[in-house]
Amino acid sequence: MTSHTIWEVPGGIHPPENKAQSMAQALAECPLAPEYILPLNQHIGAPSAPLVSVGQSVKKYQLIADAEGIFSAALHAPTSGTISAIEERLIAHPSGLSAPCIVIAPDGLDEACPLEPCEQPFALEHAAIVAKIRQAGLVGMGGAGFPSAVKLNPHANTSINTLIINGTECEPYITADDMLMQTHTHELLEGVRLLAHTLGNPDNVLIGVEDNKPEAIAALQEAAHKANQKHGCDIQVVSFPTKYPSGGEKQLIYILTGQEVESGKIPASLGIVVQNVGTAVAAWRAVRYGEPLIERITTVVGQSLQVQRNMRVRIGTPMNFVLEQNGFMASQSARLIVGGPMMGYALEQTCVPVIKTTNCLLAPSHSEMPEAPPQQACIRCGHCAEACPAGLLPQQLYWYARSDEHEKLEAHHLFDCIECGACSYVCPSSIPLVQYYRAAKGDIRKAAADKLKSDKARERFEHRQERLAKEEAAKEAKRQARKAAAELNKAKMAAQQAATETSHSQNLASTSTHKDIQPPAIPAIASAEELVANAATAAKAQQDPTLDKARLSRTVESLASSITRMKAQMAEAVSEGLDPSRIEKMAAKLKQTELKAQEAKTKLDAFDKTLATGVLVDAAAQKMMASPQDAAAKTLSSLQKRLSKAQELHLEAVNENKPSADALKQGVIKLEQKIEEAKQALSEAQNAAPSSSSSEPQQPDAAAAAIERAKQKVQAAASMTPEQKAQAAVESLQKRLSKAQERYAKAQETHDENLEAFATGVEKLELKLKAAMEAQQEGSEQA
Amino acid sequence: MAFLRASSPHTHNPNTTHRVMREVLLATLPGVAVLTWFFGLGTLSNILIACLFGLGLEAAVLKMRGRPIAFYLKDLSALVTAVLLAIALPPASSWWLIGVGMIASIVVAKHLYGGLGYNPFNPAMVGYVVLLISYPQYMTLWLAPENLSVQGAIFDITTLFELVFGGLASTTMDGLTAATPLDVFKQTAGLTAQDIYAQKAIFSQGLFAGAGYEWVNIAFLLGGLYLLMRKVFTWHAPIAMLVTLALFATVFYDAGSSNSGGSPLLHLFSGATMLGAFFIVTDPVSSATSNRGRLIYGALIGALVYIIRVWGNYPDAVAFAVLLMNFAAPFIDYYTVPRTYGHKKAQRATHTGGQ
Repeated sequence: MTSHTIWEVPGGIHPPENKAQSMAQALAECPLAPEYILPLNQHIGAPSAPLVSVGQSVKKYQLIADAEGIFSAALHAPTSGTISAIEERLIAHPSGLSAPCIVIAPDGLDEACPLEPCEQPFALEHAAIVAKIRQAGLVGMGGAGFPSAVKLNPHANTSINTLIINGTECEPYITADDMLMQTHTHELLEGVRLLAHTLGNPDNVLIGVEDNKPEAIAALQEAAHKANQKHGCDIQVVSFPTKYPSGGEKQLIYILTGQEVESGKIPASLGIVVQNVGTAVAAWRAVRYGEPLIERITTVVGQSLQVQRNMRVRIGTPMNFVLEQNGFMASQSARLIVGGPMMGYALEQTCVPVIKTTNCLLAPSHSEMPEAPPQQACIRCGHCAEACPAGLLPQQLYWYARSDEHEKLEAHHLFDCIECGACSYVCPSSIPLVQYYRAAKGDIRKAAADKLKSDKARERFEHRQERLAKEEAAKEAKRQARKAAAELNKAKMAAQQAATETSHSQNLASTSTHKDIQPPAIPAIASAEELVANAATAAKAQQDPTLDKARLSRTVESLASSITRMKAQMAEAVSEGLDPSRIEKMAAKLKQTELKAQEAKTKLDAFDKTLATGVLVDAAAQKMMASPQDAAAKTLSSLQKRLSKAQELHLEAVNENKPSADALKQGVIKLEQKIEEAKQALSEAQNAAPSSSSSEPQQPDAAAAAIERAKQKVQAAASMTPEQKAQAAVESLQKRLSKAQERYAKAQETHDENLEAFATGVEKLELKLKAAMEAQQEGSEQA
Repeated sequence: MAFLRASSPHTHNPNTTHRVMREVLLATLPGVAVLTWFFGLGTLSNILIACLFGLGLEAAVLKMRGRPIAFYLKDLSALVTAVLLAIALPPASSWWLIGVGMIASIVVAKHLYGGLGYNPFNPAMVGYVVLLISYPQYMTLWLAPENLSVQGAIFDITTLFELVFGGLASTTMDGLTAATPLDVFKQTAGLTAQDIYAQKAIFSQGLFAGAGYEWVNIAFLLGGLYLLMRKVFTWHAPIAMLVTLALFATVFYDAGSSNSGGSPLLHLFSGATMLGAFFIVTDPVSSATSNRGRLIYGALIGALVYIIRVWGNYPDAVAFAVLLMNFAAPFIDYYTVPRTYGHKKAQRATHTGGQ
């Protein structure tokens, strides 16, 4: 036997082996139990599908549940009897879960159904062997329970060059594989040969065993030597120094080949398949004798048992029955562990069944496995990092796990942790490190699942929002179109009205200036003019920039007037010999206002320049469209404006004794003359108009009446208290509202196309009225 | 019936923090014995006073923090800090000096940062440096080793009491103290190493690194080897420190000329070298965590010790070097994450993208 190169895994620990106590006695047979509980999921993958129904009688070896898909395993009756139930039962699970189980009440006869032996298993095709192994319900018997047939059926593009048979059994206490290797040596070698044959006879066939099992190694070496000579194969039995956790699949691969399985990949990516010794024996029995997997060797060990030994236990046997066979003293038991002390999990109840992967039942006494002392602070001693076989930094993982830093945990390869427990074992502060990692892994998996879920939900939500937004946009577009149409109509109407009003008020205004009538009339006319201006602006579309211009020019005008007023006040103050400080203040204020005015003016000029072209075009168009009468009126109004400005300037010049005063005076006179001419032109146009329009004659009266009303209003307003003003506002609004309502009603009757515009008008008025009434109320309350 | 539900692993090795700390305390014994042999009872009085302060302060802070007092006192970490500071201080230091040092160690450096396991700096060294900077006049007074002192080492309780609780007249102190080997070497820059060894009593009466001091260092080396054997810590940091220090000393020995920085033996067996290497640098809490990180951490401490000793202002430098590297430990950790099984190369901890 040539010695095989051994690589040493980093880390690892040497806990007390405790293997002698269960090897002292021979392998025993567990008697028939009163009940067999067979969980449908004893393996990694999908649960098997039951083929039997309650009350049906079954025989030993009978298939009672079949594999559901590739990643699943078949299940067979361990003895003859009746199916007493198919229900949820407590299973061997770290969280004490229940799962669907087939329960068999044995009839005690242990009648077997006939098996299909195969005299020449090595003559069978690959597919036939894999099928037989699959039918026998074989799963990895080392602990994980991976369906064996899947492992023996690697992808077509991976060629297997190494078959490793794992007889390491590095966990303390467990001796099931040791016992198997010693008692089933021949079958094991045949099984290894068969597995090698199934995998296409890989170059290396290695049986790895830790050097703490010298009897097993000796027996295997002898058997391997014989087999190699007899069959011309090359099975090597490799022993290596005992160290936990050498038996981990990845660790064993490294020890025997020096290769590492890349993170997230399977050994087959290196051309390696690892099978447990138990699996090899079961495979041999399944193919050679057609015997399904219905029993296994389980170590029953611990100081709370009177007898510690290995037993051949049928799958489904309740653990309490197994323990009873060995004199279990429950009162002395500290805990009940399935598997070894390093990676096994504790059970709360003993009524759970032994399954295909149960290699050990450990029932230690209190002194044997005392409760862990309370956790102390991590002193970063680094013992854990030295013990870690995966090359992780357990202490860093611990900090990150405690602070829920999932990103850091993943960056520190938390998911490469095999949960061997070496770090927890060595921790001097007895921190349950593995528990932290399990919890963190769970959290991360849950977070990932939640994220996936929420991502999907968000996607759905976004789609819905998008759809709704589209519908809403379509509705809104329709609404806008209708609204625009209404506005346009309204504007047209207002423009018409405004045009007529302009001509008449202009007419009147010119006469009043000319006649120099009583002061109250002037503001009235001004307000009338303002009305006209407003109407005119309203006539323009909303985006019309002239609106802004109007606003700017208004500002300029108001500022100019306030400047004159302030100057007058100042002059008065000076003449009356008031407090100089007050005069100074006034001067300052004046200066400020002048500055503001300057600013507004420059803005207006800039605006004018940019608009000039547009406005000119507009004005030209309007001129072309306007009747001669309108044109005359326009000329008149513009002259009027120029006159008032000129007058203002003149006044200013006179006030300040500027030399330009005379020149300005000339300008005023000239303008007055021009206005005179314009008026004549207008009256001529008006005289000519009646023949062209029948409605014309009534209009002057209407305009005059409007101006009259405005005058009255102004006069009334001057003498009114705030309450009265508010009252008046409310009344006028009420009047307007009723009028608007009338119009709306009429429009409804005639199915006017501007119906909507009327409706909005009514609405607006209602709102205004409400506001006015509230204002009135407030005013009266204050009073 | 229901059994105990517990997470694996179900067994635990008998190692505990208490045991680790006890081993460290045990390992200081040879050093303490040799110190006492050469410098008298002052070392023991230091240790006694420091331990009393240590336990008292630890208990008081634990009470204030609302932690179980007995449970935490049992981890012995306060005693380890106290003993290490007491050994580092000049023998027979005043009680209040030790008290101030212990407050800086236990209260500030340890508990204000969250207690055992959370302190970024070595508590004993923080206490030492606080005292060195605040009370240089007391901290530079090392008692003369036995055969150099006028009176011999202090084994007389009365003098000890006067030193610890009274404060002696400075003239008496002058008679009791003497410059340490590193001090002597630093202050006699004009002489060759050979001349210094011949002329200065502290060297001429010793073998290779100053009378008394060399034996103290050998004793601490023995204690350190014991801890290494007991696997309390790994060899990486202390050996890296000693090798780097020796390397520097060899390179700059300059054949013992008047420019010499001192021989490798002088540097390895003088001052606090061995105490630092095996009892301070190995403090797991404040050092780097991976073995590769510890190599870098230890080597840089060795380099800093030499640099400060020879070209810096202080004759010894272990405390400063350790504290400076305590700063750097997390940074080293970031770049020395070990390679995980199944990954082609180690990943820097600064990378946090997952995969």
